[in-house]
Amino acid sequence: MTAELVRGQNHPLPHTRLEIRVTAGAPVMACATLADAQGTVGGTEWIVHPGSPSLPGIEVSRQAAAGLRFHVDLDALPPRVHLVHVLLALPEGVGGPDRFGATAAPFAAVTSTEGVEVASFTLTGLDSETAVIALELYRRQGAWKVRAVGQGYAGGLAELFGDQGLPQARAFAAGIQEAVARHLASAVQAPLPGATDGGRRRSEGLPLAPQPAPAPQSAPDTVPPAGPPSSGPPSSGGPQSGAGGAVNYTHPGRRTSTPPPPPPAAEPAQPGRPPRPVAGDATGWSMDERLYNQVWGMFEDLARTTAAYRSAMDFAESRLDQELDRVLSDPRQRIGGAGHAAREAARAKHDQLAGRAREVLDRDLAQLVAESEVVEPALPPAYARWDNPVWHGYRVPMEIPMALRLGDVHLPERPDLRIPMLVRLPLERGLWVDSGRSGSEAALMMDDAQLRGLAMDTAVAHAARLLAVYPPGEFTVHVIDPAGSGARSLAPLTASGVLDQPPATGAGGVATVLATLTQRVDLVQMAIRGGAAESLPPGLDTAEQLLIVNDFPHGFDDRAVTQLRYLADEGPAVGVHLLMVADREDASAYGPVLDPLWRTLLRVTPVPDDHLADPWVGHAWTYEPPTVPPGSRVLLQILEQVASARRSWRR
Amino acid sequence: MVDVSKGGAPGGPGVNLTKGQAISLEKKGGGTLTAVRMGLGWQAAPRRGLFGSRTREIDLDASAVLFADKQPVDVVFFRHLVSDDGSVRHTGDNLVGGAGQGGDDEAILVDLQRIPVHIDQIVFTVNSFTGQTFQEVQNAFCRIVDETNGQELARYTLDGGGQYTAQIMAKVHRVGSGWQMTALGNPANGRTFQDLMPSILPHL
Repeated sequence: MTAELVRGQNHPLPHTRLEIRVTAGAPVMACATLADAQGTVGGTEWIVHPGSPSLPGIEVSRQAAAGLRFHVDLDALPPRVHLVHVLLALPEGVGGPDRFGATAAPFAAVTSTEGVEVASFTLTGLDSETAVIALELYRRQGAWKVRAVGQGYAGGLAELFGDQGLPQARAFAAGIQEAVARHLASAVQAPLPGATDGGRRRSEGLPLAPQPAPAPQSAPDTVPPAGPPSSGPPSSGGPQSGAGGAVNYTHPGRRTSTPPPPPPAAEPAQPGRPPRPVAGDATGWSMDERLYNQVWGMFEDLARTTAAYRSAMDFAESRLDQELDRVLSDPRQRIGGAGHAAREAARAKHDQLAGRAREVLDRDLAQLVAESEVVEPALPPAYARWDNPVWHGYRVPMEIPMALRLGDVHLPERPDLRIPMLVRLPLERGLWVDSGRSGSEAALMMDDAQLRGLAMDTAVAHAARLLAVYPPGEFTVHVIDPAGSGARSLAPLTASGVLDQPPATGAGGVATVLATLTQRVDLVQMAIRGGAAESLPPGLDTAEQLLIVNDFPHGFDDRAVTQLRYLADEGPAVGVHLLMVADREDASAYGPVLDPLWRTLLRVTPVPDDHLADPWVGHAWTYEPPTVPPGSRVLLQILEQVASARRSWRR
Repeated sequence: MVDVSKGGAPGGPGVNLTKGQAISLEKKGGGTLTAVRMGLGWQAAPRRGLFGSRTREIDLDASAVLFADKQPVDVVFFRHLVSDDGSVRHTGDNLVGGAGQGGDDEAILVDLQRIPVHIDQIVFTVNSFTGQTFQEVQNAFCRIVDETNGQELARYTLDGGGQYTAQIMAKVHRVGSGWQMTALGNPANGRTFQDLMPSILPHL
């Protein structure tokens, strides 16, 4: 639930990994100053700004834009830091407005990494100010909170930094302004003139069918022909402001004069019955976003409704136990019919409560099942099961979808009610398909080789889905298969020609692939840190990279293991992701050294396994991997389409 | 039960409750309520004398304790903003109170239809987290609003605050198939709801 803050109000932060989104009526730049418990800023090295955009745990955009977003990881901040001020300032000398009063009130929001808004603040009442402290994140008794500040400075950043006790505030502020101006001058031409929303290209105003028809949601013909994909670094947030200093002043939220199509309205309910569910019945700017929010809403409702049922049942049980104990300990009731009657009464009370709890649960489950029945067929390919007919009408997309389905989750109360497990794209962490015997019943039924083969099949299906939902040329897959044991599973990838290189084998192959990717991460990081994205070598592949590793740690020497850990830690921020297919036991010789590696990866299984916890109540959910229907050629057909699109894109 | 007297301006909504008074949460003209909001609002009393404009911040916290058969089952407060079943939601901690707008500074939303079947009472409390007594608070109130149409059903004013730091405001409990609210208004002392448990239990 979003808290709309007023000046001075604060709000607890439920996560430490957050995103801060800023929208303004004109391009603004964001900076952040870090301070210790006394509120002292330790010097200019405690400030992140467009000229020096990152410090551990926080990173701001290098450019000024009307829509900015950047990540904050409060756990990663130095322990001395107790206070983070988020500042906004108008860039000077680029032809924009010269005071905040001349433009629409800036809006700042703190969201989770999934984009769920935690708190927001509209900075109203600014006039001649050109710099403003928007938000304050602070530690109180070990927990982080956000406060809406809204303190403006007519003297700009120089006055603001001076107020924070920085000795050379004026020169420092001038340096920041210069960095922004320099960046604006060399800004990359935005490749897509279409609507942008927080840096994510998305087609708005699609002809959306309100009925739950299995129509493909990505309609490539409505999107203007795309040039080469953005050559900016993958982590650059916010829409690009036009080329050569020509600044686009339109508000990103008001880019289109027409509002987004309204969500499909549910039919009025018949009296005494819950309303019939409708697909896309959630908030969002596009059908994709609405369905994403709806699926997460169903996930939360199922978690909570089950929590209510379980707590009622637990209570009924414990009350029954207590009452039976009481009957037993009362000597008067041990003989005769009184004791019997008391026991019967206690059981009847239990059964009555349990019956009512089950009734409520069944009512809620029926509603969710009905919702699932209309939502599933309406899902776009990225969210759809492999047996969804939407895959038959598949066309290579022109834009990255919002999220990806990694599988299904369900609870034992209603195993056939499966909620799509959607994760946001680009991936925030790597994946680990566990080929070990983790204690799930399904895994115990199989022999080792079968389980490993299945794990590799699952990994290939995940990789194929990623390739299919990214625009051509924006996603590259590498494979390390040291002993060649995954060749059969990898056939759809190798046969369709979506891989640029054949799977790497042997210790030599492992070393080469890891060295290439490590160098890429290092280069992109350097370019981002130095603010020089244009200095990346021309041959560098700007696509997101996925590395499938089979049979880890077979074929890995110590150096390769270290490189893999580096990729796991540093890769996701610059678009390099791991997809490990491994049994943790195989790597037990490394001891606890590899524990952090496993922890950074999202563990999924090749067979149903109840290891996933929801973020609200923490039930153990059974995860089921997405399976391709037996005998279906859908995977290969789609990969062939992807491969041919990649070939024509490259020409 | 005390007579229910119309409070506020003529025709104004709601009922000004007095201590111990109970009202049924049934809609006028039939139908039961589906969602209610317990709102809490306050202002720090200005200091007398020199620098009187400098008000000190007072952090009041609203909490709701869910009981099943007199056993606490779940609590919604600033560190646990949503009950596990999702039926009771706190809109978030406010550390300073209102600047005189008179709106709710903290609110707890209760979806009466979704409350688990075994929960039969919900007790609402207010604590002064910063330790000031209610003497230093002004214009403090607690009210119940029909969330579906925004109509105020009942209001309880916290004025005449004495030397105490907490108040057990009201309870909402099941009566038959519907719900009823009883104003409690009992002073107590404590920083968070945990400190209040001994004072809450006699009211169940």
